[in-house]
Amino acid sequence: MSIVSRGFRGRRREGGDLPPGQYLVEDFPVLSAGPTPRVPLDRWEFAIDTEAEQTHRWSWEEFMALPMQTPTVDIHCVTKWSKLGTTWEGVSLDVFFEDVETAAEYALVYSYGGYTTNLPLEDLLDGKAWIVHSFDGEELAPQHGGPARLIVPHLYFWKSAKWVRGIRLLNEDWPGFWETAGYHNYGDPWREQRYEGD
Amino acid sequence: MRRRLAWQAARLHEIRAETATARTLVLDVPGWPGHLAGQHVDVRLTADDGYTAQRSYSLAAPADGDRIEVTVETVPDGEVSPYLTEVIEPGDQVEIRGPVGGWFVWRPESKAPVLLVGGGSGIVPLMAMIRVRRQADSRVPFRLLYSLRDEDHRYYAAELRRPEPGLDITYLYSRTSPPGSARPAGRLTVADLAEGGWPADFAPDCYVCGPTGFVEAAADLLLTLGHAPERIRTERFGPTGD
Ligand SMILES: Cc1cc2nc3c(=O)[nH]c(=O)nc-3n(C[C@H](O)[C@H](O)[C@H](O)COP(=O)(O)OP(=O)(O)OC[C@H]3O[C@@H](n4cnc5c(N)ncnc54)[C@H](O)[C@@H]3O)c2cc1C
Repeated sequence: MSIVSRGFRGRRREGGDLPPGQYLVEDFPVLSAGPTPRVPLDRWEFAIDTEAEQTHRWSWEEFMALPMQTPTVDIHCVTKWSKLGTTWEGVSLDVFFEDVETAAEYALVYSYGGYTTNLPLEDLLDGKAWIVHSFDGEELAPQHGGPARLIVPHLYFWKSAKWVRGIRLLNEDWPGFWETAGYHNYGDPWREQRYEGD
Repeated sequence: MRRRLAWQAARLHEIRAETATARTLVLDVPGWPGHLAGQHVDVRLTADDGYTAQRSYSLAAPADGDRIEVTVETVPDGEVSPYLTEVIEPGDQVEIRGPVGGWFVWRPESKAPVLLVGGGSGIVPLMAMIRVRRQADSRVPFRLLYSLRDEDHRYYAAELRRPEPGLDITYLYSRTSPPGSARPAGRLTVADLAEGGWPADFAPDCYVCGPTGFVEAAADLLLTLGHAPERIRTERFGPTGD
């Protein structure tokens, strides 16, 4: 049982089904570790690099020609806000992985601007993750990761890398930016895996 | 072995008014392991029926043994900050865990010049860096650009008024400048950063902290001035963006 803070009652903005420690927001907060990269579309590409050093690449036109989905999902940031029912438009990772041959278990996602984050490959597949270019029917703003970002709604939002550039498949796990800076390696909001060791 | 960051009981030792809406809380946390300037703690409040809320607050000063400081700005209609600035009294308890964050930190061993750019309560972790610099007798040159609404919203006013060798401070008022100021009140501009900051070829480490819109704008202006993205570290105090 935790310690009661005398006189604290809380506001209890209940938001349906929130993971522990989260509160509901209606706006869209922005969190990142440095300035916002700007990536011109004619130089944009997305790549998957396999453990066998094979690279699959998509230009912006090729990406936009893939079958689109519009997932509506809840997102949970480790800084405690959650936003429910956000709608995105983009391509399921399953589509990108159709022709990728791999036995790797781990993925290191990397971004324009140098950001990285790691997760087990299976957390990107089977309809669990997307590369998206729109939010709420509008082109994704640079500060929210535009032109394209990853969305992995079942993990804390830092795993949903903004300005995504590629995914490196690895036989061994390789911690990314926040994972090396004291945050949890996996980041399940329902188990409150915020920091290393949680 | 990885130490799990456990929730620890913290007792309010003392509370100091910084402005009409901001308070510095001095807390005793038995067994506090120490921290770096720029790190934060998570504060958890529990109501008597078990309802809890948690938020992050930057550490405002180097640790003094088991004693730590945070500075909290009241967010009107907020859930946690009004409790911390208006309700809590010395002797009351909250829970904290930390220190957290290993990126937005300044270490006194570092030799690069430092540019601090703070907006509103974003001054808090920057103040921790200034205090650590002083405590360590570091001679690394610091420049602080502090954007604030008006003089009444100035944190740490007395302490920052004392001259400190190697620390230059520029106040940038966004709503009302004090009488006689040359700079009209307004948002941070590229000229402010060019005048009050360091030239990009000095390769300073830049720390930008404040509300999202402020951080976004300041980081973009630093890029415009030629600062390398990897030298610009940002900390955004959610939840609301501009
Ligand atoms: C790393 C980090 C360090 C920080 N350091 C500091 C610091 O040193 N000092 C400091 O003062 N702050 C700091 N913050 C901010 C702090 O964590 C809190 O966000 C802040 O105190 C507000 O919390 P609150 O509970 O009072 O307000 P909240 O209850 O979170 O509300 C904040 C605002 O959002 C609005 N809002 C929230 N939920 C809703 C909703 N559902 N619908 C409509 N509007 C809503 C509220 O009306 C209010 O205007 C830091 C944040 C981070 C991430």
